[in-house]
Order: sequence, then structure tokens, then C-alpha cells
Amino acid sequence: MENLIGLLVAVPLLGAALLLCGGRRLDGKGHYIGTVLAAGSFAIGAVLFADMLGRGEHDRAMHSKVFSWIPVGGFRADVAFQLDQLSMTFVLLITGVGTLIHIYSIGYMEHDERRRRFFGYLNLFLAAMLLLVLADNYLLLYVGWEGVGLASYLLIGFWQHKPSAATAAKKAFIVNRVGDVGLSIAIMLMFTTFGTFTFAPVLTNADHASEGKLTAIGLMLLLAACGKSAQVPLQSWLGDAMEGPTPVSALIHAATMVTAGVYLITRSGAIFNAAPDAQAAVVAVGAVTLLFGAIVGCAKDDIKKALAGSTMSQIGYMILAAGLGPIGYVFAIMHLVTHGFFKAGLFLGAGSVMHAMNDEVDMRKYGGLRKYMPVTFITFGLGYLAIIGFPGLSGFWSKDKIIEAAFAKGGTEGWILGGAALLGAAITAYYMTRVMLLTFFGEKRWAPDEKGHEPHPHESPSSMTIPMIVLAVGSVFAGGLFSVNDAFLKWLEPVTGHSHGDSPLSAAAVTAGTMVVLVIGVALAWAQYGRRPVPRTAPRGSLLTRAARRDLLQDDFNHVALVKPGQYLTRGLVYVDHKLVDGVVNGTAASVGGLSGRLRKLQNGYARTYAVSMFGGTAVLIAATLLMRAV
Amino acid sequence: MNPVNYLYLAALLFTIGAAGVVIRRNAIVLFMCVELMLNACNLAFVTFSRLHGNLDGQIIAFFTMVVAAAEVVVGLAIIVTVFRSRHSASVDDASLMKL
Amino acid sequence: MSGGALAAAASTTSTGEALQFWVLGTVAVIGALCTILMRKAVHSALCLAGTMIVLAVFYLANGAYFLGVVQIVVYTGAIMMLFLFVVMLVGVTAADSLKETLKGQRWLAALCGLGFGILLCAGIGNASIKTWNGLGQANSGGNVEGLASLIFTKYVFAFEITGALLITAAVGAMVLTHRERTERARTQREQSEARVRTGRNVPPLPAPGVYARHNAVDIPGLLPDGTPSDLTVNATLRGRGQIRDVSSEALAELAALEQRSQRWLGRKSETGKPSGGAGESGTSENGENGENGANAGSAPNPRGVAK
Repeated sequence: MENLIGLLVAVPLLGAALLLCGGRRLDGKGHYIGTVLAAGSFAIGAVLFADMLGRGEHDRAMHSKVFSWIPVGGFRADVAFQLDQLSMTFVLLITGVGTLIHIYSIGYMEHDERRRRFFGYLNLFLAAMLLLVLADNYLLLYVGWEGVGLASYLLIGFWQHKPSAATAAKKAFIVNRVGDVGLSIAIMLMFTTFGTFTFAPVLTNADHASEGKLTAIGLMLLLAACGKSAQVPLQSWLGDAMEGPTPVSALIHAATMVTAGVYLITRSGAIFNAAPDAQAAVVAVGAVTLLFGAIVGCAKDDIKKALAGSTMSQIGYMILAAGLGPIGYVFAIMHLVTHGFFKAGLFLGAGSVMHAMNDEVDMRKYGGLRKYMPVTFITFGLGYLAIIGFPGLSGFWSKDKIIEAAFAKGGTEGWILGGAALLGAAITAYYMTRVMLLTFFGEKRWAPDEKGHEPHPHESPSSMTIPMIVLAVGSVFAGGLFSVNDAFLKWLEPVTGHSHGDSPLSAAAVTAGTMVVLVIGVALAWAQYGRRPVPRTAPRGSLLTRAARRDLLQDDFNHVALVKPGQYLTRGLVYVDHKLVDGVVNGTAASVGGLSGRLRKLQNGYARTYAVSMFGGTAVLIAATLLMRAV
Repeated sequence: MNPVNYLYLAALLFTIGAAGVVIRRNAIVLFMCVELMLNACNLAFVTFSRLHGNLDGQIIAFFTMVVAAAEVVVGLAIIVTVFRSRHSASVDDASLMKL
Repeated sequence: MSGGALAAAASTTSTGEALQFWVLGTVAVIGALCTILMRKAVHSALCLAGTMIVLAVFYLANGAYFLGVVQIVVYTGAIMMLFLFVVMLVGVTAADSLKETLKGQRWLAALCGLGFGILLCAGIGNASIKTWNGLGQANSGGNVEGLASLIFTKYVFAFEITGALLITAAVGAMVLTHRERTERARTQREQSEARVRTGRNVPPLPAPGVYARHNAVDIPGLLPDGTPSDLTVNATLRGRGQIRDVSSEALAELAALEQRSQRWLGRKSETGKPSGGAGESGTSENGENGENGANAGSAPNPRGVAK
């Protein structure tokens, strides 16, 4: 059974190799190969899951060493996999949602002549992501971490002929590099502290290391998580990443890759548990980001960017939960899984709408689409209800627990965090209702584009609707299923541990509060967008709206704080290089040249002149000999 | 008289020869000056031989003569060849090895 | 000759040798100075030969009998003759200008020479040799036998290598002076046919001095009207401009002879006019004047052909 773990990674990797190296002869069937291999990986995952369920609660972790990777003296790194309940959850999410999105992409990318390459990249992403969650040490995790970064770069810039896509890909890659530096420093620190970077020894020995070192490691891991999961302050790339094809946004930038940061923090829970300062930083980052993303989501007219803001906000919830410690790990992962369902479904719905509207992304030019695209409307609507936390749906079960856990932090801190989480829930309800109203309700607002093509909205083909339906089903029932008898809690507890905090508010009070803010958010949105017609061009809006449209000035901040000083530094260095370094170099060259020009005159080509110098030299030699003898 | 005087004479002749090499332009005369220097050396060797009381110095002088003969043969051949192409025996005319 | 050499360790030489040294040494130094100061290469060579002979005498005085003879036979006899041969080949009459063309060369040479000489002498004086062994014992079995036994035992490898060097030098000299013929030499028949075809100089060229009273190859023969003809001189000498023009002297001599014979015969001079006129104009070796003079006669201008 252990050998199957390696196959999980190998199957999509084989697909990537086949599709990327196979050449044009695979153009016609490349997408089927990619989809079948992704489904194969899911099947292996399912078999392993069944096997795991058949064993005892504390007997479920499996380990498989494939080969010794870097055995150099005391430094040992193996390619070895570890499959426990946490990894299993991710494996099923990644391969399951991944397979659905492969199927969806068959229809979505039908008219793209580089479809084979697209599926190759998707398979590459699956392999890297599985490697990330299956690795049994931080170094191998780092390989997967970089692999998903590469796949993300390739897929964001898939339509590289668009300058905006190429730039967005570069931006994502560079911002991610900042986070990756954090991860590599964290790994180095681990090696100096523990002498190894394999999960088991590091995490079991975490209590014995000094708190300062653990805080440093924790902060570096947080930096890595910020980069990969688009958390403040490294969040700026996610909005631009929507330049990629919509299935990519759904799979990588909503359901799986961006949650890698949550996985990293949860996996390193032992380190954070022993470093309260780092944990506080994690909580702060999560709370700030969940509000930040929500505010950005409110102001965007681009449907994908609004959803990207929502993703950022929801991952903020997860990071917040992970930062709360054992009380929140399980709920972070649970929200991650439910979010994977409903956010992937929402993105696929958005892709379906764009597919129908000639790739128009401005929601102000949609309107009334529910009549034209009933399946999309229903699946999108279910996803919407799930994300705002409508009672009984997935989001309700997971988000409610996180808010509860935030209050359970205790003291002023608990009130602040809980308040932020509640406020986030209200804003979430507001902006998601806005998206819903702008897209599917009201009058139709679309018009012929400049070439005279009027969009003819239509339902998408079944290859696209079926994945949406499956994800909608997941959005509705996953949360409830997990919460029956606390099944998910019991499933993950052996890995992450769990503790019940003492909340100042009862669970019922929290739920009631959530319901209240939910209603307020929906009502506000309806008052603004449902009651009166929506203008086709965006009004100027308040200061906050304008700032939020510009992603709350994050790019401007980066420009002023990083780009400008960098440019000044570079210019200064160039100046120094030109004036000082070049001056010294050129001056040396010029003085050597001038000296040679004068010395050259000694070489007049007359043999007799040379004879005189030899003659004189001999005389000097004799003099020297005599002097030496005299001494 | 001390035979060391022969050495002084040899030194004098050598210096005169060297000065000639430096002063004269005619390649043939220059060659003669070289021969003069070689002869001065030979005189010194012969005198050394006498001072030391063995014949090794004379042997060296003998070899010097043989090598000088070989050198003269080749050197004069070169002078003749150069003269044929340049119609000049002046060493200053062959000053192409400069910038 | 080497009275002191008989003693095992002597401290002075015989008075005869001292006298010989001072006299011949002076000669050797003068010869060396002349070698480097004479303007003509041939004089330099002769002075050098003199110095070498003096050195040969000194070798003999120092007990190097074999080397003394070899110095005279090989150096003075063979090498110096080789020098003279090359001097002849290059041009025996050409005198070098002693004017220095390189700036400061003289001063530098003088400075270096002076310093070098003083330092050498200082080094020799520094050695302060008071006694010496002499060659009496080494030469007891005969100088040539002594040398031979050393050359063929201790120095046999050096000797063999020197032999190889000599062969190499001989081959090298041959290679250096050899000129590759790029085309077949023309036969005598072809040359005469070419002459007839061009119609110039169909008969053999006139010999030098045929019409004159001199018979040296570098003196042109005189035409019937008394003008010298360059055609009679070898083309190489003509090319180098080494033709000795003696026509004016010859004509003056001729005129004097005729005057004398007329005085002797008691006749009035009438026939000397044309040749005297030619003599006036032929005093210069300038071709213009020669031509003018030749125009008085009816002979064709041979110099024009030569040009």
C-alpha cells in the first residue's frame, strides 16, 4: 500500500512529461490523457483513503521512502512520503477538484490551439502540489513549493501574447520569491537548530528548542505562507493572477495552491504552539487580510477580481484559525476544504458566464443572466449561499467555528479577533450578494462591442456544467457531512491535536450574531444594487471605494516603498560605477597607456641601441657582483 | 712582470671590441668587433691556463675558436643575403622591429 | 720565451717576455682601436688581422703552442680571409661615414665602455694574484699531446657536439646563400636568337679597354672619337655605379704624347685638334658634356644605347 503513495505523484508527473514532450501528435488527445491521469491519481487517492479508514485512529499514518536524495555526511535528505490524515485530506481535495477542473477545461479551452500544453501544465501543477503535501521533510516540501510556483507562473502567463498576462505572471513569480526566501531561511534555521528538517524529529523536538529560535523559524514560515497564500503584505499578486484562464484561477488561485500557506502553518503547528509571538503575528496577518480582501472584493467590477478578493479574505480566515493554535487547526483545514468546493464552483461559474459573454469580465455589463444560464445560475447561487454562511450549507459549518474559536482566544484579543471575523462575515455577505445581483438579476445591460458582436448568452456545454454541479453538491453538503458527529474533528485530531477554548459567548450566541451580520450585509447590498438599476459605468464613489478599486493602494505602496528606493539605489550605484569605479579603471588604463607611449620610444628598432643597453646591463651586473664580493 | 697583465690587456681589447659593436654601423665591421671580443676572451683563457697550470683553459679557447668559425660562416652568409636584397650592409637600415 | 713557466710556482716572468708584452701589447691595442675607427672595412680587417697575429704571439708566450699556431693558421689565415672575401663581395671601395646618426649613442657607448672597462680591471685587480703555477708540468709531455688527451677523453662530448655544430653551420651557410632558380636558364642559342630578333647588339658586346690603353674590367673602353662607352663594362658594375672614368686622364695623356712626338718630329701641331676638343669636353664624367663632344664627330652615340 505504501508504494501507491509514490504513484500519486508519479501519475500526474508522467502526464506532464508526456504532454509537454510529446509534441504535436498528441494535440488531438492530449486533454483526454491529462484528464485520465488526473482521475487516475484521484482513484489512487481514494483507494488509499479507503485503506486508511480501515485502520485504527492512531495507526493511519503511512510512510514510504523512495530513494536517498542527498546523503552528504551529516546532511541527509530523502525523497520520502508521509501520508497521514492531514495529507490525505489535501490529496483528496487536490486530485478531486483537480480532476473536475480538468474535465471543465476540456470544454473551456476547446478553442485554444495550445490546449495540450495547458493540460501539461495542469498535470505538472498536480504533481508539484501532491509532492508539497506528501513530503515528509521540509526540503522536499520546498521542491513542491517551488514546483507549484512554477506551474502557477506558467499558467498565469498562459496567454503570454497579452502583455498584461505576461506581467502578471512575472509579478506573481517575483512576489512568491520573497516568500520562498522565507521558507528557505526557515529550513536553514531548522537544520542549525534541530540538525534535520524531517517533519517527525523537528516537530517532536520543537518544545526543546529556545523560544527565540522557534519565533524566528515561525516568522520565516509565516513569510513563506504570506507569499504563497497572498496574505498581507505579499498579497498584491493574486488580483493580477486572474489574467490566467479561469480554470487555473479556480484550481490554483482559489482551491489548492493558495492554501499551501495554511497547510504549512498547520503542519508546523508544533513550532507555532511553542512560539506565541509568531502565533500572534499569524493571527494578526490573518485578521488584517480577511478584512483587506473583503474590502477589495466589494469595490471590484471585474467578476474574477471580486472573487480573488474573496479568496484572499477566506484564506485570511484560515490563517487566522491556524494562528489560534490547536483550537483552530481543524477548523482552518475544514474551512479550506469547504472553501475549495464553493470557491472552485464560483470560479467555474464565473468562467461559464465569461464563456457565454465573449470573455467580458465587467459585471456592470452583465445583468439578468439567470434566464439564459439556469444551470450556471443555480450552481453559482449554491456556492454563493455556501460562502456567505447560509445556515446548513458548507460555509456555515466551517466559518462559524472559526468565528467561535476567535472569540475563544479570550480577553480583549478575543473580542478584537472575533469582531474582525464577524465584520468580515458581514462584508462577505455584502460583496457576494453584490456579485450575485450584478450578474444574474436586474435588467440585461450588455451591448454590442465595438466590432458589433452582441453577446448571445447561452448555457455552457455539459463538460463544463457537470463539474459545476458536482462542486455545488460539495458546497452544499460537505460542511454538514463533516460536522455530523464532529467527524472531521475526529479525523484530523490525531495529527493536529485539538483543544476546546472557553468562549465568552455560547455557540448559539455566535451563530445568532453571524446570522444578524449576514442579514445586514445582504440587505445593504440589495438596497444598493437590487432596488434600483445599476449604471453601466461605475460611479466615482467614495475615497474608500476608489482606494479599494486600486486594491487598497497595495501596488502604490509597493511602488513607493520598494520600487522607488530600489530605483534610486540602482541609479546611485550606476553613478558610483560610472564615476568612481570606471574612473579608477579608465584612469589606470590611461596612465598605463601614457607610460607605455613614452617607454615605447626606447624601442626604436635599432640593434645598436639594444646592444648599448646590453652592454650597460653587463657593466651593472659586474658592478653588482663586485659589490656582493666586497660585502 | 706578472701574467695578470695579459688579463688587463684582454679586458681592454674586449672593451674596445664591445665599443666597436656599439659604434659601428657596417655589419661586417661589427662582426670583426665581435671577433675581437672573442679573441680577447681567448687570451684571458690562455692566461688562466697558465696561471692554474693546467690545459683546460686552452681547451676552452680551442672550442671558442671552433664556435667562432661556425659563427663567422653563418653570420657572413646572413650579411651577404641581406646585402643582396637590400644593397646595404648597415645594421641601422634593418630597423623594422619598431612601431 | 717562457722561462718562469719551468718553475712550479713563479712570481715573475722573464724580462724578455715583459718587453715583448709591452711592445706587442701596444701594437695589439692600436690595432684594435684602428679596427673600430677605420672608415673602410678592408682597413679594419687588416688591422684586426694584425691584432690577431700579436695575440698568436702572446698565446705562444703563455705556453699555448698549439693554439698559437691555430690562431695564425685558422683565424688570421682562414677566417680573416673569409672576412676580406665578403668585404670584396660587398664593395671594397665603399667607405663608411663615421657620423653618428643615433642620438646620444656615442655618449652612451663611451660611458658604458669606460664603466665596463674600469669595472673589469677592478675585478682583475681585486683578485690580487701574486704567484702562479705555470704550464711546465702540464706541457711536459708536449702541448699538443696534452691537449689531445684532454679533448679525446674529458671533453670528447663537447668535441663531438662542436663537430655537429660545424656541419650545421656549413649547411646553414649554403642554405642561406643559395638562390632558388625559378625558371630554366636560357641557352646560348636562345640568347643569340633573341638578340637577332630585337636587332640590338647583334655581335658580342665590346670588351673593356679594347679601344683604350687600359685593360681593367671597371674601366670603359673608348670609342673612336675618344668618348668612353659604358657598354664595355660589366652590367653589375654599371648598376652599382662603380665605373672608373679615366677617359679624361687618358685623353690628356694622349694629347701630351702627341705633343711630345710632334716636338720630337719638329712638326706643327695640326692633327691634335679634334682629339684635343674631345678631351676638353670629356674632362667631366657628366654624360651631357660627353654627348656634346661626341656630336662633333660622326660616330653614333653608344651611351644612348647603354642607357
